[in-house]
Amino acid sequence: MIERELTFRIMRYNPDEPEKKPHLQEFHLTEEPGMSLFVVLNKLREEQDPTLRFDFVCRASICGSCGMLVNGRPTLACKTLTKDLPDVTTLLPLPVFKLLGDLSVDTGVWFRDMSFRTESWVHTDETFDPDAPEKRMDNAVALEIYEAERCIECGCCIGGCATANIKPDFIGAAGVNRVARFMVDPRDKRTEREYFEVVGNEDGVFGCIGLMACDDNCPVGVPLRDQLAYVRRKMASAGWRYQKV
Amino acid sequence: MSRYDSFVTDVLVIGAGLAGERAAVEAATQGLNVILLSLVPPRRSHSSAAQGGMQAALGNSAMGKGDSPDVHFADTVKGSDWGCDQDVARLFVETAPIAVREMAHWGVPWTRVTKDEHVYDGKVIHEDPENAGLITARNFGGTAKWRTCYTSDGAGHTLLYTLDSMVLRLGITVHDRVEALSLIHDSERCYGAVARCLRTGELRAYTAKTTVIATGGYGRLYGASTNAIINEGSGLSLALDTGVVPLGNMEAVQFHPTGLVPSWILITEGARGDGGYLLDKNLHRFMPDYEPAKKELASRDVVSRRIMQHIRAGYGVESPYGDHVWLDIRHLGAEHINTNLREIATICKNFRGIDPVKDLIPVRPTQHYGMGGVRTNIDGQAYGLKNLFALGEAACWDLHGFNRLGGNSLAETVVAGKIIGEQIAKFTAEASLDVKSSLVEEHLHRQMDRVTRLRESRDGTEYVYDLRREMEQILSHHVGIFRSEDSLQDAVNQLSDLHERAQRLGLRGGGHGGDPELDAALRLPGMIRVAYCIAKGALARKESRGSHFREDFPHRDDANWLNRTLAYWPEGADEPELRYEPVKITESPPGDRGYGEATRGPDSAKP
Repeated sequence: MIERELTFRIMRYNPDEPEKKPHLQEFHLTEEPGMSLFVVLNKLREEQDPTLRFDFVCRASICGSCGMLVNGRPTLACKTLTKDLPDVTTLLPLPVFKLLGDLSVDTGVWFRDMSFRTESWVHTDETFDPDAPEKRMDNAVALEIYEAERCIECGCCIGGCATANIKPDFIGAAGVNRVARFMVDPRDKRTEREYFEVVGNEDGVFGCIGLMACDDNCPVGVPLRDQLAYVRRKMASAGWRYQKV
Repeated sequence: MSRYDSFVTDVLVIGAGLAGERAAVEAATQGLNVILLSLVPPRRSHSSAAQGGMQAALGNSAMGKGDSPDVHFADTVKGSDWGCDQDVARLFVETAPIAVREMAHWGVPWTRVTKDEHVYDGKVIHEDPENAGLITARNFGGTAKWRTCYTSDGAGHTLLYTLDSMVLRLGITVHDRVEALSLIHDSERCYGAVARCLRTGELRAYTAKTTVIATGGYGRLYGASTNAIINEGSGLSLALDTGVVPLGNMEAVQFHPTGLVPSWILITEGARGDGGYLLDKNLHRFMPDYEPAKKELASRDVVSRRIMQHIRAGYGVESPYGDHVWLDIRHLGAEHINTNLREIATICKNFRGIDPVKDLIPVRPTQHYGMGGVRTNIDGQAYGLKNLFALGEAACWDLHGFNRLGGNSLAETVVAGKIIGEQIAKFTAEASLDVKSSLVEEHLHRQMDRVTRLRESRDGTEYVYDLRREMEQILSHHVGIFRSEDSLQDAVNQLSDLHERAQRLGLRGGGHGGDPELDAALRLPGMIRVAYCIAKGALARKESRGSHFREDFPHRDDANWLNRTLAYWPEGADEPELRYEPVKITESPPGDRGYGEATRGPDSAKP
């Protein structure tokens, strides 16, 4: 196999130097077998420009740190292999999130805020009894909770969402999925009406205009379209009853 | 003097993975103010990557019937090769079932016992219908019963997300993208930490009645590691650099039998626990030849050595990344692989382009876990410095001795978090914050000075990434699975030289703001000191115990080495100083593990 010379056009911007406008910088390197963008970006930093900023933690598509736009599409850099890329690739930071520098964005703060707004914890008055056996749960229910809980908070669904790009307070598919996670959990004692208070509005589930890029872009395959439909249906009927009361 | 932000709190927890967050939750529940510092948003911590599960003797599943904390205790002590503190192990096994149930109460969707029958290793297993809906368990290496509680393929992920939901609910302050650079102390007592904001590069002073190190492991000192890239042992160097706090058993390094070649991403023990085989280049299942009783599920140190032994005997599969063996889970079937082992299927597809439903997985033993860490007593209090605690992988509590069982580290995070968190709360309630501002400024200035010198390349122009690669190679080549005198002496000499060169680092970039090169340069000298402790401890220990295997001393030597290494780095010294202390034996006198070389010597097995 002939070795390919790869070109990466990477957005550079350091908020500490606002006088330098954001721009694309071109890097070149030789492709290696099994190369991922994790390998590429570390090589570029260590061998060509030590100031290049980007985020990786697990490099195994578990932690959700490395979401970015690869040729315009939001995805995890760690699981993007160069063999699937053309000779020239453009890397941009995820939109919507605060830019910290180059490809590094502050997804952590966004998700923490979303978690607070959706009150992402089990709401219950029961106290834990250390001497009692655990409460039983049907395994099918456990699996259903886990299906929503698998979200890794990478932000790909948000960066690729038309609504989130124009409405800064929209909780997006990740937020709606989060609500679904607690709705299916029998340990959470919130009523439909309480959930309605949280997401039954234009910044919540009714802000979605149904383009479903989120469902296409989720790198871990959370069924976001189904989750959106589930929460929307629940909230529509709750809203209907709520109005009548 | 430059401006800096300062923060005051009751409890400062450095590290927001499972151990740090569990301790923080305990302290906050008891009414204390807590600040959690984290290199990354808490949910991105390496805890999230634990796919397998946590051990707790619930005994709900059919294959876990008759399990109890006593059986868990025996497995843990055996696994440690009698190197653990048995009072700690006893406390741990008794608390683990409560900790698992508490996590269920808070929201973890543990996989439950079902009434369906399932097939394991050719046998049909019937669950007790009375137990349907209770928390179930899977099989893991080195255990007499099925004891590892799990959530499909994401035990660590669901534990971390649930615990972080408690941090949110309790309103605990979290400062993410912050790195602690040094502890503020006067050699008697710890008063907090100097830290750097990784967003802006600004230094900060955190003062606290109690400081807690929960920074996780140091896998990245070895280039090839299953660990996340943030696992650089930062908490260990924080403690070591005080000059008065020792690191315990740093030579005890665990290599996981199945790292994926060549990205070294972990393929969970669940793969073998659920019935996977290891095959050699002739597609022969070789583990039963070496370990007829436990086969693929002997303890990790033993399976890793048996794989390397088999490769050395010429049975490895050749590859550009070195010889490896195969992991075969094809016979488990598509449905099982795509639910209970989904993470494996995803990793194989994304990072190697193969499908384990029909393909073999190339694996090789890879650095995975450090049994050693900041030495503490049973309450989690660090040796040598008051008002300092440590827990989780960063600590040497010492539950694991010379080899940790799979499923015991995830368990340790939340169990130690619960137990030590309570001790932290009790201790802090009685403590006062009585710190001189001159002491804080002195420690701040020392870090500011380091930053300036690096930026201006005042001490030299050594490049951080070059030195770092050398450190990784020294450890990988000389302080790996098979160890011997000459090679270890080489490692010590080279690390000594490298440590000296690390005093002459200079930046190639500007080092302004949250500059990654500056982050790395501030971190590297401490990493090299930790690496030095590993190599020197391994050179000194002239026996084989658990994961520490000396080819020149292939047997355990209880007469001379039934002890724990304590590595100190006295202020101004250019190498660590080793001392030793006895291990605590309360119930189980040293004996045969029932697997490994003591039972069947390396020469006895013929493939």
